[in-house]
Amino acid sequence: MNRPFPTLALTVNGTPHPVEAAPGRRLSEVLREGLGLRGTKVGCDAGDCGACTVLIDGAPVCACLMPAIQAEGRNIETVEALAEAPETAALQRAFLRHGAAQCGICTPGMLMSAVALLRSGAALDRDTVENSLGGVLCRCTGYAKIIDAVLDAGGTARAPDPAAGAAVGAPVERLDGVPKVNGTERFGADEVPPGCLLVRAVRSPHAAARFSLGDTAGWASARNVQVFTAADIAGRNIHGVIPQFVDQPSLAVDHVRQPAEPVAIVVGPEAAVADLDLTDFPVTWRPEVPTLDMDSARSAALLHETREANTLITGRVVTGDAEAALAASAVSAEVEVQTSYVEHAYVEPEAGVAWLDGDTLVIRACTQAPAMDRDDTAAALGLPVERVRIIPAAAGGGFGSKLDLSLQPLIGLATLKTGKPCRMTYTRAESMASTTKRHPARMRARIGADAQGKVTGMIFDGDFNTGAYASWGPTVAVRVPVHASGPYRTPNYRAEARAIHTNGPTSGAFRGFGVPQAAVVQEVLYDDLALALGQDRLAFRLHNALRDGEASVCGQVLQGVGIADCLEALAPEWRARLTACGAFNAAEAGPLRRGIGVASCWYGCGNTGLPNPSTIRIGITPEGRLRLHQGATDIGQGANTVIAQIAADALGVPLSTLELVGPDTALTPDCGKTSASRQTYVTGSAALRAGQSLRARLLQMTNQGPDAPIALPGGGAVIVGTGPTAATIPLGELGTDANGYALSVEESYDPPTRALDQDGQGIPYAVYGYGAQLAEVSVDMELGTVKVLDIVAAHDLGRVINPLLAEGQVEGGIAQGLGMALMEEYIPGRTDNLHDYLIPTTGDMPRIRSIFIEKSDPEGPMGAKGLGEHVLIPTAPAILNAIRHASGARITRLPALPHRVLAAIRAAKGRP
Amino acid sequence: MGAYHRPRDLSAALTVLAAGPVTLAAGCTDLFPATGNRALPGDVLDLTAIRELRGITRTDQGWRIGATTTWSDILRAELPPAFDGLKLAAREVGSVQIQNAGTLAGNLCNASPAADGVPCLLTLDAEVELAHANGRRHLALGDFLTGPRQTALRVGEVMTAVHIPARAGSGVSGFVKLGARRHLVISIAMAAVRLEVEAGRISRAYVAVGACSAVAQRLTALEQALAGAPLTADIGALATPALVGDALSPIDDIRADAPYRRGAATTLVARLLERMAAP
Repeated sequence: MNRPFPTLALTVNGTPHPVEAAPGRRLSEVLREGLGLRGTKVGCDAGDCGACTVLIDGAPVCACLMPAIQAEGRNIETVEALAEAPETAALQRAFLRHGAAQCGICTPGMLMSAVALLRSGAALDRDTVENSLGGVLCRCTGYAKIIDAVLDAGGTARAPDPAAGAAVGAPVERLDGVPKVNGTERFGADEVPPGCLLVRAVRSPHAAARFSLGDTAGWASARNVQVFTAADIAGRNIHGVIPQFVDQPSLAVDHVRQPAEPVAIVVGPEAAVADLDLTDFPVTWRPEVPTLDMDSARSAALLHETREANTLITGRVVTGDAEAALAASAVSAEVEVQTSYVEHAYVEPEAGVAWLDGDTLVIRACTQAPAMDRDDTAAALGLPVERVRIIPAAAGGGFGSKLDLSLQPLIGLATLKTGKPCRMTYTRAESMASTTKRHPARMRARIGADAQGKVTGMIFDGDFNTGAYASWGPTVAVRVPVHASGPYRTPNYRAEARAIHTNGPTSGAFRGFGVPQAAVVQEVLYDDLALALGQDRLAFRLHNALRDGEASVCGQVLQGVGIADCLEALAPEWRARLTACGAFNAAEAGPLRRGIGVASCWYGCGNTGLPNPSTIRIGITPEGRLRLHQGATDIGQGANTVIAQIAADALGVPLSTLELVGPDTALTPDCGKTSASRQTYVTGSAALRAGQSLRARLLQMTNQGPDAPIALPGGGAVIVGTGPTAATIPLGELGTDANGYALSVEESYDPPTRALDQDGQGIPYAVYGYGAQLAEVSVDMELGTVKVLDIVAAHDLGRVINPLLAEGQVEGGIAQGLGMALMEEYIPGRTDNLHDYLIPTTGDMPRIRSIFIEKSDPEGPMGAKGLGEHVLIPTAPAILNAIRHASGARITRLPALPHRVLAAIRAAKGRP
Repeated sequence: MGAYHRPRDLSAALTVLAAGPVTLAAGCTDLFPATGNRALPGDVLDLTAIRELRGITRTDQGWRIGATTTWSDILRAELPPAFDGLKLAAREVGSVQIQNAGTLAGNLCNASPAADGVPCLLTLDAEVELAHANGRRHLALGDFLTGPRQTALRVGEVMTAVHIPARAGSGVSGFVKLGARRHLVISIAMAAVRLEVEAGRISRAYVAVGACSAVAQRLTALEQALAGAPLTADIGALATPALVGDALSPIDDIRADAPYRRGAATTLVARLLERMAAP
């Protein structure tokens, strides 16, 4: 039935907006597509995430759940209007000042919810703010800075504007923050060129199946759409992030190996495609019995014929004689731990748009790795690399999953075949079902110690369910044995980790690459050993902490090792809280018991024993504008700001002088991928060198001394030096280089590592970061529920480039670690939404205090180390150890849902 | 695209209903999540423009809560302490955003075993009012909810109101919900209690548990055991596993297993009773 759309009389931000739309269309869609007001974000289309929150007659509602006609005649307010009123503009400034926006995708929803609260006149306290924002999910911040910002909405503090040479260490606001708070940030779904077609994927309902396609052309023409399949792809039609393991079909040919694998795309005008029923797509499925668990995978039919026993890869690190050391140990402890699939659950589902610029395929999509996307998309689609350009859209969260290609080859194919701009936005279910996960792991380990409490040896054996395709499975299998000792002296060590294929979702990169799972095993055992020895658990760890000049399990002699400093920083809190918990429990007549736990992390920054360079360009235009070509994608973590701070100080100019360019594969040199906590360290090192190099050149051109100030007053001049000896460089007289600059430099940095041998010995990373966290929890002994009350996080950053952003990383990582510990369990086909898959809300977060240690790293830029992944690693084991301290429950199955905790409490009580 | 009806009065709605099957829509907080589409699919009858369906009125018989009354409306309404539990439940429905849109009738007609509104309404002896072109009928809420996602709503009928009888407006009430996170969470278990108390003794008790059976249910044996008991700090001891957990029929699902739910329900009811005994 084809009815004409009625005209709805909407009033948005005080302005009448008549719009033709189906009355039952989601208001979010009408705002975004009908009126072009794309500041309102869509994260789930189910009311679970709150990103689309708008105000209707002052009340916050999810625009995705409101038929547009219900908003007729009412006052609709969206993020676009906030800058216009003083009170709401002040709230936006508070968000910037407090670093409340990281990726920014939840920010409009948070702001609108906060506006409703502020207007209500309610007295503002932390509880009230938490409850008012409880309907909006944030995956980046851990909510602390958002709540701080709302509480300080009336504040007038000004952002620091550091002078030349003082940017590093200053809590400057994000340089890319303003668009995130005023609704103008352009995420993957927000760019819609005229005449753009819509792409949807036809996906497998089976985890494993053979299939054949029927009359797709007939089906397509009856629906005024086009269908493209593997047969339409001119290239190799497979993609993957590691060259030796590329194995994932961009569109399956005749065989699917995992749920939701795409087999075709449907392309056409939005009206024809958006709500098209794909269930009658002409495909015949011949389901196979899927291999879903790692036990059966060993003897099951091979998913990939060259990978015996469905084992993708085995990683191994061996030093000394672990068996003998354990046999000779005074005490030893053993555990088996099982973890679940964990979903990244960024609030922005995958989205992007492709178009042709001449014969270049341009893809503007969410990503963490533009250069890899370019190379892999080109290969998959059969284009030379120089005919693909990747412009990263603002990424609404990534956390590892947006390192892999998702929709890039699909929209690329659609654009190549139709010649038109083509866009695609995954549904929440599609995002959760088809993209990568944290590896579910089953790990066994034993650790021994001598009678004095010195660790003697460790044996670790882990199976990691890597799902159907390789993705980052090899990285996980290699990283885990390198890190499973924790940052502790372990003279005898044998660790093996295997990535096992199943027909489950592909497991890939997720903040920590398997190390967070392994840390649970090691840290639970450290508590076992301390308890067996009657030693204080923190003191036991400190006693075994790696020190400068000592060798890791890979035989690498380490410098700048800050773990002992981190543990020592926690010690006063540890002692005070031990006493306080004891007092609380002694006085508590009810069911609550408090306890504390501690756990550590270390994490190598960058690729494991492999090259991973970054290149930074800085140029000065003939007019005297200073441009930083910054190719590291900022997915919310802050690279745009941190890299610029380093470059500004290295060059010796105020941070505000720099203009940011990129990332864009056509405009920025390759800064590698945003992963492995490498951008501050690796790209920061390139920025440091580029800044220093440009400075040296300016000094040399003017024959000035090393401390001479550099000024860019505009007007085509650079002034070096002060007073009578100052020299001016007339930029206009220098001509321009290929990039249009009067002066420019380009510098690269690649970490000095050494490949690992067959025993995992070598120099896997040039720089490590360290940290330790203390968690205090309250456990309900009758219900098994856990409330995390406090986390104190001590992290060694070597040099804190930006304390505001660093705190944001810590708080956000803790939120993800808390989720992994207590609630997150992705079950294929069952939790493809954000109400069955739970991530922490405002009300689930503890108070967090960050302590930063600056133990300078000899290799890091200005001594700096990475941080992004480190912060998540200690959280889950610290919480689990605190649960045990409070309740006796030794949790070995994650997440620690209430029924599992209660069962463990009962099991502990049953012990003699 | 199907037809979209948004009448302003009930008779027009009943005419539409009589003409053929339509999807009844109000707050849409369950309808939209159930479709991937950008617009509500099929023929829709949107009830939100019918003023008489929204709001709470005191009648001779008790309270009439219009079908499209939202959870926020309930939170803001002046109601006696017997409704305190319902208000607590209203606060636990999804989020503020959901409470501003989601309606009482929607919660009941969606008939989730974990519907937040049902346990309290059971303790309030709620009746639902169902209208049809040919007339109206009333059903006890317990008879209206026939199973998971199943109700006694007939073709051509629409829920127009929930009635709370005047006698149920007495006493004190409470509600507690257990989930694996704080906000936006589907219950593992929940409990509602209303107590009529005279001279420190419970004269009548009304107890219901949700998310632990196909439909939330009243615990009549426990209610009998509570009748006549002094409302003192040890009242929770009467909520024994035999009278709570064993009276339920929970399932294993992703949120918890059945034995856990039985125990948790027992604990929740006992604690709720104790909380209500607290001065």
